[in-house]
Amino acid sequence: MIESQPTEIVTLDRLKDAVRIKWAAHARLVQIGCTKTAEDQYEINYSFDENLKFSNLRIVVNPATDRVPSISDIYWNAFFYENEVHDLFGITIEGMAIDFKGNFYRMAVKHPFAAPAGQKKS
Amino acid sequence: MAYFKKSPWIIHYDATSCNGCDIEVLAALTPLYDVERFGIINTGNPKHADIFLVTGAVNEQNKMVVKNIYDQMPEPKAVIAVGICACSGGIFRECYNVLGGPDSVIPVDIYVPGCAARPEAIIDGVVQALGILEKKHLARKEARKQHDRIAAN
Amino acid sequence: MSKRTIIPFGPQHPVLPEPLHLDLVVEDEIVVEAVPSIGFIHRGLEKLVEKKDFNEFVYVAERICGICSCIHGMTYCQGVEEIMNLQVPGRAKYLRTIWGEFSRIHSHLLWLGLAADAFGFESLFMHSWRIREKILDIIEETTGGRVIFGTSKVGGVRRDVTNERLKEISVLLKTYAGEIKEVTDIFLNDNSVKHRLCGVGVLSKDDALMLGAVGPMLRASGVAQDMRKLGYAAYNDIPVEPIIDQSGDCYGRCVVRIKEVFQAIDIIQRAVDKIPDGPIDMKVTGFPNGEFFARTEQPRGEVIYYIRGNGTKHLQRMRVRTPTFANLPAILKVIPGCSVADIPILLLTIDPCISCTER
Repeated sequence: MIESQPTEIVTLDRLKDAVRIKWAAHARLVQIGCTKTAEDQYEINYSFDENLKFSNLRIVVNPATDRVPSISDIYWNAFFYENEVHDLFGITIEGMAIDFKGNFYRMAVKHPFAAPAGQKKS
Repeated sequence: MAYFKKSPWIIHYDATSCNGCDIEVLAALTPLYDVERFGIINTGNPKHADIFLVTGAVNEQNKMVVKNIYDQMPEPKAVIAVGICACSGGIFRECYNVLGGPDSVIPVDIYVPGCAARPEAIIDGVVQALGILEKKHLARKEARKQHDRIAAN
Repeated sequence: MSKRTIIPFGPQHPVLPEPLHLDLVVEDEIVVEAVPSIGFIHRGLEKLVEKKDFNEFVYVAERICGICSCIHGMTYCQGVEEIMNLQVPGRAKYLRTIWGEFSRIHSHLLWLGLAADAFGFESLFMHSWRIREKILDIIEETTGGRVIFGTSKVGGVRRDVTNERLKEISVLLKTYAGEIKEVTDIFLNDNSVKHRLCGVGVLSKDDALMLGAVGPMLRASGVAQDMRKLGYAAYNDIPVEPIIDQSGDCYGRCVVRIKEVFQAIDIIQRAVDKIPDGPIDMKVTGFPNGEFFARTEQPRGEVIYYIRGNGTKHLQRMRVRTPTFANLPAILKVIPGCSVADIPILLLTIDPCISCTER
C-alpha cells in the first residue's frame, strides 16, 4: 500500500461545511472527479491533501433531482473541476465562480459520460 | 524557376496531438537536425507560410481553427499530417470527440506516420512537400498563361 | 479611467506549441482579467476505458502526453497494481524510477529551451535542446522510443537494461551534468534573463497552496511538497528532498527546475548503484476490482489517476487530473496586474501541457 486513502461519505447539505473544515486545516484541493455508478447515481469525489496525507469527501447524487452547491467560494480553483463535471456528466452545479455554461469543453456529444456504457460515438 | 524549394516557411498547429509529435517538430528545428540550414523557418503567421504541419486528429472545437489557418495561407500551399493521429486518428480514433485526421477538414498532401513521428521522418515529409509545392506552382503558372491567352483572344 | 480592451491570446500562438486560448481584458498595457477557454485538444480518452481492456489502456495512458509519457504510464500501472495487490519486482521498480527521472531531465531541458524562446534568448533555446538530444539518445537506446517510451506495463516493465550499460550511462551523465551546468548558469546569472524573470508573477505561499498549485510552481513558492516523498517505485530506498525556493516568481520556478535536473541526475546515479538483480515483470491474473487514487510526481507536478475496476476486464472509470489543470487557476490569479508582454513567459513558467489538461 502506497498510502491510505480514507473516504468520508457526506450528504449534499453537509458538503460545504465539510469542505470548510478542510480549508481551515489548510488542506490543498487535489481534485474533484465524478463517477457514474448506476443509471441515476453519480459519485463525486473531493480529494484533499494535508502534508501528503490524502483524504476524500464523497457525495452521491442523482442529476435529475439534485443540485450540487459549488465550493468555489471556498476553494476558488474548484470552478475548473466543477465546470468539467458539469460538461462531462450533466450534473447541475450552482454558484460557480466562473460559469462556462457548458462551454468549458466544446464537444460533439453532450454530456458524454452520462451516456450508457458502450454507446457508439455519433 | 524553382523558388519554393529554396526557403519554404512552415506553420505548425497542434490539433489534438499528445505533444509527442509537436516536440519532434520543434526538435527538427534545433541543432541536431537543424532544418534552418535549408532555409526552413517555423513561422507563427499563416500568411507567411508555405507548408502547414498539422499534428494530431481534429475535434469539434478546433476544426474551425485548422480551416482558418489553411484558408489564410497564400497559394500555393501544402499540408502535411504529422503522426499517426493526424493520418487516421490513431489510438484516439474511437474517442467521442475525435472527428478523424485533418483530411476530414482540409486537403492533406503528405502523411507522415509514426507515434511519435521521428524528426527524420518529418524532414522527409517536408522535402516531399517541396516537390508538391513546385508542381502546384507550375500548374498555377500554366493556368495563368492559359487565362491570359484566352483573354488576349 | 482608461478604456478596457479584450485581447485574444491563442489558440494558435507562436510562443506555445500547443493551443490555449485566453481572453485578456486589458487597461492600457496592464491585464486586469484573464478568462481561459480550453477544450481545443479535448479528445475524451477517459471514455476509452470502456473499449480497451485494462492492459491495453497502458498505451492510451502513455499517450495522454508526449512529454511526461513515461510517468503517465507508470502511474496508471501503479494504480492498477495497487488495486490488484501486486508486488512488482524490485528491478522493475528501479527501472521505472530511472526512466522516470530521465523523462524529468528531458522535460525540464525542454522547458528551459521554450522559456528562453519566450523571453527572446534564441541561442539559449538552441543550446538547451542540443543537450536534450543527448539525453534523448540515452532514452532511445534503453527504451526504443524518443518521446513515447512504451516501457510500462501492469506488473512490471517491458525491457531490461544490462547492469554494465547502466554503469556506463551513469558515467556518461556525469559529463552531461557539466554541459548542462554551462547552460543553466546563464539562466541563473545572466542579467537580461533575470530582468525578464525576477519579480514577475509572484505567487505567495498561501495562495499557491490554497489555489491548488502543484509541482515546481508550488515548491517555488516555498511549500515543500513532492509526491516522491510518498515512496512509490524505488523512492523508498532513494529518499528525495523537495527542492524549494522562497521567491515565488518566474525566476524562482526556473531555479527549482534547474536544481531538479541535477537532482534527477543524482537520483539516477544512486539508483544505478543500488539496482537489484532479478525479474523485470510478473504474471498478472484476474481483473482489477476496487478503487485507488494513484499519485506521482511528474516533471510538471502531481498527477493523480483515479482508477476504479468492477471485476471485469474493462475498468469502470479512469480519471486523470494532470498538473497543468491544477496550475492553471493559480496562474489566472497571478496574471492580473501584469503587462501584456509578460503573459507568454508567465504562462510558460507553469510549464503548460495542454494535451494533458484536456485529455
